Amino acid sequence: MTNTVTPATYADLVSADRVEGRLYTDPEIFAEEMRKIFHRSWVWVAHESEIPQPGSFKTTQVGLEPVIVVRDRKGNFNTLLNRCRHRGATVCDVPKGKANGFTCPYHNWSYALDGRLRGIPYPEGYEGTVDKADYPLRTLRTESYLGMIWATFNEDAEPLEDFLGDAKLWMQRFFKQTNGYDAKVIGVHKFRFRGNWKIQLENTSDGYHFPMVHKSWMVSVDSETADMMSFMNDPASVTHALGNGHSVAIMTPAHADLDVDDGTEEIQPRFQHLVDQLTAEGYDAPTIRRMMRSMHGCGFNLNTFPNVAMSLSFFRVLIPISVNETEIWHMAIGMDGGPEYVNQERLRIHEHFQGPFGFGSPDDAEGWERVQIGSTADPAMPILVNRGLNREEVSAEGWPTSHVTDESGMREAYYQWQKMMSVEDDK
Amino acid sequence: MSIELNDSRIQRAIALIWHEAELLDTKDYQAWQELYTPEAKYVIPIDPQTEDFASSLNMVFDDDRMRRMRVARMVEGYSPSAVAAARTVRTVSRFNADRVSDTEVVIRSSQILCSYKRNRHDLLGANLTHHIALAADGDRIAQKVVRLLNSDDPVNASGFLL
Repeated sequence: MTNTVTPATYADLVSADRVEGRLYTDPEIFAEEMRKIFHRSWVWVAHESEIPQPGSFKTTQVGLEPVIVVRDRKGNFNTLLNRCRHRGATVCDVPKGKANGFTCPYHNWSYALDGRLRGIPYPEGYEGTVDKADYPLRTLRTESYLGMIWATFNEDAEPLEDFLGDAKLWMQRFFKQTNGYDAKVIGVHKFRFRGNWKIQLENTSDGYHFPMVHKSWMVSVDSETADMMSFMNDPASVTHALGNGHSVAIMTPAHADLDVDDGTEEIQPRFQHLVDQLTAEGYDAPTIRRMMRSMHGCGFNLNTFPNVAMSLSFFRVLIPISVNETEIWHMAIGMDGGPEYVNQERLRIHEHFQGPFGFGSPDDAEGWERVQIGSTADPAMPILVNRGLNREEVSAEGWPTSHVTDESGMREAYYQWQKMMSVEDDK
Repeated sequence: MSIELNDSRIQRAIALIWHEAELLDTKDYQAWQELYTPEAKYVIPIDPQTEDFASSLNMVFDDDRMRRMRVARMVEGYSPSAVAAARTVRTVSRFNADRVSDTEVVIRSSQILCSYKRNRHDLLGANLTHHIALAADGDRIAQKVVRLLNSDDPVNASGFLL
């Protein structure tokens, strides 16, 4: 086999129980992924709380391409390619903000919040050659579900809700942790690791690594929190493959649906100061109990293909930078308009594990970088994703299901990868 | 406010900050944590402007309890990133005193940190603000805020402390 991979052979790089190591290391495969996956799939770009008002925007990437996600005056979400139609400069250079429009710094072509070209300085040089209506910022298809916003370059993509499919049920459950308040992004950790994006994609549904890689976190938290994440031998902790590359890994079954409460769970003593303050402010006991049960989030990691997970109490976003570098955003969420001190406690829980100086993320990143280095050794040697094949069953809902420490979620992601990468197209 | 280098209170503050820098570069974290008062906060914020660290997400927002857990994590051997941490050298300079009294010095400085791991050098620039509590039985750090130049952009997870 040569090192050059053609579209016809992408399918051969992935089988039911293994993938080739070159999936992490081959620049040609990465370039094809940007074209066939990140240009054709729905790609998550924002949560609506990040762009709360007309003119609010953030900048990010779809694949490698810079985009602006903006709420216009009609309240629509627009995803605009961050590239002036004149000479190609970016028209926005800040991570977030509020604007009336976007003006290119080079020759001051200016664009409205919906991408329309509004103004060209000294227009007499274009009379008869440029009609402004023909030169808007390129607009990506943009759709949202439960406040989560996705965009795609693919005009033929199925509707977002069809793509999400059975992941929608788990999104509904995920957002129960805001207890009737709107969800709000209350802080973002960003870091990069020197490894391929799929290593992070896999990790979100990898319960197997947790007690080993995160032992230093486990010994630092209270025993109740450690018990909550002690799923290694709990048969009720399972992973479901949900279709279209999506999966859900349930670490804490008792919190999988926060509306269901059998009353046996004791509220963690570490939150007693919150209980006291909420009680003093007149919140009723069921509301307080509900808020305290949701402090650590929803009990599961919902991993949607290809770039966002709704993970316990935060969003985990991956942005491919190159074949061997990936940017990660861990976005803490809270209750918009909810008690500030409860949101603050959520921030402290997030800081404890996440981010470049958290007690968890740096250890994940260390493992991932070691994968990237090691997998260059014989790139055709397989990466195993076969854990739990011997005990995988189809659930009543029709979802392939195995233990949360098994690799059903990774197999689902690679099935979608194989499907998208094998499509013949007119390159 | 400029700096009065002949002021012994400022000399004591700078000496403590340089001592801290050496303990961090040599990863003597158990000695490092004893430089702090029990009430001290050690903060690496994300938001470049905020002073309200409690209401913001930070990279580090340690009180005494979190600082001690952090040090335990760095030294006990369970954390793969701490075990494989980059080597560092840091220079702290450009001191300017904001407040000087016989009990406290608030002093700003710049920190240039070079880290090395797996054939790669990385550079991290930061502005530091130390609150130094002066006392006859030993000067201590009452607060340290590290404002990285890239705090609101990606910061690599490198397994060492700032």
